[in-house]
Amino acid sequence: MKPLLEVEDLRITFATGAGTSHPVDGVSFSIARGELLALVGESGCGKSLTSLALLRLVPPPGRILPSSTIRLDGTDLLGLDAATLRGVRGRRIGMIFQDPMTSLNPVFTVADQISESVRAHQRVSKPSARARALELLQEVGIPDPVARLDQYPHQLSGGMRQRVMIAIALASEPELLIADEPTTALDVTVQAQILEVLDRLRAARGMAILLITHDLGIVAGRADRVAVMYAGRLVEEAATTELFARPSHPYTRGLLASVPRIAGPVTRLTPIAGNVPAPTAWPAGCRFHPRCPQAMPRCATDDPPPLPVASGHRMRCWLAEAGVPT
Amino acid sequence: MSAPLLEVRDLVKHYQATGFLARKAPPVRAVDGVSFSVGRAETLGLVGESGCGKSTVGRTILRLQPPTAGSVSFEGTDFFALEAAALRQARRRIQIIFQDPYSSLNPRMTVGDAIAEGIEIHRLAPRGEIPARVARLLEEVGLDPGYASRYPHEFSGGQRQRIGIARALAVEPAFLVCDEPVSALDVSVQAQVLNLLADLQARRGISYLFIAHDLAVVRQIAHRVAVMYLGRIVETGPTAEVLAHPAHPYTRALLSAVPVPDPTTQRLRIVLPGDPPSPSNPPSGCPFHPRCPHPAKNARCTTDRPLLHQLGRSEVACHHADKPA
Repeated sequence: MKPLLEVEDLRITFATGAGTSHPVDGVSFSIARGELLALVGESGCGKSLTSLALLRLVPPPGRILPSSTIRLDGTDLLGLDAATLRGVRGRRIGMIFQDPMTSLNPVFTVADQISESVRAHQRVSKPSARARALELLQEVGIPDPVARLDQYPHQLSGGMRQRVMIAIALASEPELLIADEPTTALDVTVQAQILEVLDRLRAARGMAILLITHDLGIVAGRADRVAVMYAGRLVEEAATTELFARPSHPYTRGLLASVPRIAGPVTRLTPIAGNVPAPTAWPAGCRFHPRCPQAMPRCATDDPPPLPVASGHRMRCWLAEAGVPT
Repeated sequence: MSAPLLEVRDLVKHYQATGFLARKAPPVRAVDGVSFSVGRAETLGLVGESGCGKSTVGRTILRLQPPTAGSVSFEGTDFFALEAAALRQARRRIQIIFQDPYSSLNPRMTVGDAIAEGIEIHRLAPRGEIPARVARLLEEVGLDPGYASRYPHEFSGGQRQRIGIARALAVEPAFLVCDEPVSALDVSVQAQVLNLLADLQARRGISYLFIAHDLAVVRQIAHRVAVMYLGRIVETGPTAEVLAHPAHPYTRALLSAVPVPDPTTQRLRIVLPGDPPSPSNPPSGCPFHPRCPHPAKNARCTTDRPLLHQLGRSEVACHHADKPA
């Protein structure tokens, strides 16, 4: 079956006075209907820009290079005119962000903002849009939904605001929901609530989700597949169980060794040396080689392409040729 | 047993809104009777979610804001009774590092000057020896001594946190309050800073009050842990004990909500309903009762406030901690 979303060789450039940088530099992935793909990486790796590119929301002076392809259900999104693009953005692809307060309008009530989204995609009367808003609030499990309708964003907690954002995104019944660090600003007990809502909606609606996160913990046991991003590229991609059973790229292994665990023996953490490079100064060869404990001489000059590790498991690392020690 | 380095008794910090319209408003009970002690070369992890009062505890102990009530004894002196001059002297021994070191570094001061400032104020070294001391401190926190002449904006988040640590260490403190020192950092860098803090403790015998929301991070660094909810400690004890056998229903829920990067672990997920209540209007009885999932919860929980009592090797504030959950 054809995937819902196909991204091929996505490249984004920023031309500034200081020179041209490529914060996203040749990213390819696909998402099937109803699938949850997690895009994992640290700050500056290009994961958020990648998600913005799917809606053509890359902020200027950023530019998606014309050689890139983004297809939703076979339609090339990069070739669409503005009017047709509006029919996709927010309708077929919904998006929620880390900080719901900056995406909600402080001077409109919850009902106004959800109704607006309902009426933008369906021709319905104001009262029935309000009724639909109430249904959506119930679906996202907000406490006391009737009272929330006439409240303003500042009267809601962070968790409730994120639920309202999800309700707005759901109003158009999108086939794909992009969730960019949806729980990063929330407390762990509230994070657990929001993740539960996303899991439930995905199961009930068969909606595909692209989950952008820095936290490998929320990926395990939730995502179908994981793509690890480093320095503008996908460095490893596999089914979730496979990735956690056999993390193969030295960066992925380094990330997992850096995370303090809540169970098992407490041992000294093994951090990755150095810092994440800036997009203006991606290293030559393999971009991870200056920090890599297993770097070989060729890594400094030869850029590894995606190489197979196992079925459905690829990584950009020369170790794949030698067979990765497990 | 020798006396603890730091002893906090019944610390209370209320904020009263001021102004004409706010006169009748109830105070915000940010910290509502917190007691703990920290020994030499020991780390106490203070854990809780936003608004539980954990950062207020750290700041009030240092008298960065005046306490409402309670006492703090530090190195045997009554810290809250010190006059301004004596307080300045005592503060040399108790320092703080913050989540965002950038906001606590002067952008127009070089890193070297920022680190040297405390040494000069407390006259800890003759002027001529200060540059060498700054260089040693930078090396100790894993930075190039040549960075002394650079400005804070030239550094990444992890490097800035190292600078913040070097600045705190410059005055040779016995105690360091670490207020969410790694929560703004990427995981790979977070691990570097946690290892650095552990090394410094081993080398210098410093004590830490480690304030954090992340239980896994606290488990990595703290000998003992205190879990806060709505301005009070609800459970405290040796870290291994509290995390392996959590007795308070809030601790259990907090633990179950920690994401684990391993899809093969089967875990009980307790999803608490609702949000933490407002500290200006805390619930009656046990402050956790409106969200509590404990099967033994009863009318007593809504009227009687549970006090911390010994249970095994921990202390817990729950009427039903000894019953199965």
